[in-house]
Amino acid sequence: MTRLTLAGGPRAEDVRRIAVVSAGLSDPSSTRLLADLLGEATRAALVAAGREVEVELIELRPLAHGITDALLTGFPTGDLAAAVETVAAADAVIAVTPVFSASYSGLFKTFFDVLEEGTVEGKPVLIAATAGTARHSLVLDHALRPMFGYLRAVVVPTGVFAASEDWASTSGGSNGVEGELRTRVDRAAGELADLAAARPALHRVDPFGDVPDFSTLLGGA
Amino acid sequence: MEFGIFTVGDVTTDPTTGRTVTEHERIKNTVTIAKKAEEVGLDVVALGQHHNPPFVASAPTTTMAYIGAQTERIKLSTSTTLITTTDPVRIAEDYATLQHLLDGRMDLMLGRGNTGPVYPWFGKDIRDGIALAVEHYALLRRLWREENVDWEGKYRTPLHGFTSTPRPLDGEPPFVWHGSIRSPEIAEQAAYYGDGFFSNHIFWPASHTAKMVEFYRSRYEHYGHGKAEEAIVGLGGQVYLARKSQDAVKEFRPYFDNAPVYGHGPSLEEFTKETPLTVGTPQQVVERTLAFREYAGSYQRQLFLVDHAGLPLTTVLHQLDLLGEVVAELRKHDAEAVA
Repeated sequence: MTRLTLAGGPRAEDVRRIAVVSAGLSDPSSTRLLADLLGEATRAALVAAGREVEVELIELRPLAHGITDALLTGFPTGDLAAAVETVAAADAVIAVTPVFSASYSGLFKTFFDVLEEGTVEGKPVLIAATAGTARHSLVLDHALRPMFGYLRAVVVPTGVFAASEDWASTSGGSNGVEGELRTRVDRAAGELADLAAARPALHRVDPFGDVPDFSTLLGGA
Repeated sequence: MEFGIFTVGDVTTDPTTGRTVTEHERIKNTVTIAKKAEEVGLDVVALGQHHNPPFVASAPTTTMAYIGAQTERIKLSTSTTLITTTDPVRIAEDYATLQHLLDGRMDLMLGRGNTGPVYPWFGKDIRDGIALAVEHYALLRRLWREENVDWEGKYRTPLHGFTSTPRPLDGEPPFVWHGSIRSPEIAEQAAYYGDGFFSNHIFWPASHTAKMVEFYRSRYEHYGHGKAEEAIVGLGGQVYLARKSQDAVKEFRPYFDNAPVYGHGPSLEEFTKETPLTVGTPQQVVERTLAFREYAGSYQRQLFLVDHAGLPLTTVLHQLDLLGEVVAELRKHDAEAVA
């Protein structure tokens, strides 16, 4: 199967690119807040491991029309094409969705639906979700983890779920972000950073470079 | 360089009137359109092949023979002949017969077809699409070039001492194009045999077409058929014409917005920007078409889609009048380029 991925430009050996996908809809959104926390924590962990890091945020809301168009036409254009390439070129992905009707949001799912087959295959992925109540917390393991499993991503063991109480809690004298949520964010980011740091930086291959020679195609017929 | 039109034979409701042509009308209209294409000076008419509603184009060679009998000069081709779900023996027989009837005024374009449910109706599996295209075409080539063929493969019953009849006209098999939107393997196949490669072009951004064509050209040279720039390239295009650009946009928009494949998605303006679709004056179409060469190099065949999405016959015939002007202008540029 040909991997239809694009060639990336030259870059330093140790730079790790992290793509952060946020499907939050409001501004500010807790989904975006969680995405930022995870992105920064991953950056810090990679820097601590002696790696250069580029963190690129992809907000899906402004891409919503483009995502629907791509679903209908079969190809991404404009800003969506750039976002797709950012994910394809990333060494690791942080994927954050609000919980809608007991699952990831449709926008979040559709973004991953329009990616070329194989785009996140083998990529370390950190899954995270937000909701108004902790009763949705299993969405990570019932919805996001199976989806990324199907896409053959390498999902880190710790998923991060944040409910309203995580942002508001003042238990223990600190607010939620600096309390238990911070612990989970740092653990998950550390797991993602460990995977990304341990692998060589991703170099995009020429999609036409691995087309089988015709005699191979004939022989396999 | 050849200019022409290609059709998929869709029966689509006209969104401006709510009227849907009958299958009978659509088939007869296709013949009228082809005759008009010859009248306005086009070189090629290519007919599609589909095995499911809302298409009427399931038997292209029948329609091609009927058109061929009523035309003098225009070349008949396909867009595409389904190489995956059609028995290569039938393709060899049908198209060789057509070649005789039309005194060679034909060629064909092979395609896989991307409608999953069709494959099982013919005992095939869409997941074998590439392998089917490879095996079937390898057999088709032998059937046109050899007699008493002994053949055994994976996808059809073996042949022993089989001679496909009629033999190709003057021993020269019909010219073959391989069409693909996005499979480099098909470009590789076309390059391997030194056949033509046709990039559908109209549903994908130009950057993608550029890569496919470049890949085909380099492989064509690799296999020793000639220089990369001599490789035989065809491109699709999609136009809607009017004397005034704003009229073209106004008239075409309801058809665009409701069209099969891309309707209800991007706006006409966005799709125009991202794909070769050109909605405007003959001069705008001339300029846009000439620009295809900037990324595809100089190429041999340009086919335009003009009759889909429920456009009524009278509109399509008017489109062909205007397309005739476009092609006359494009030929002048060709002549200057050669001079």
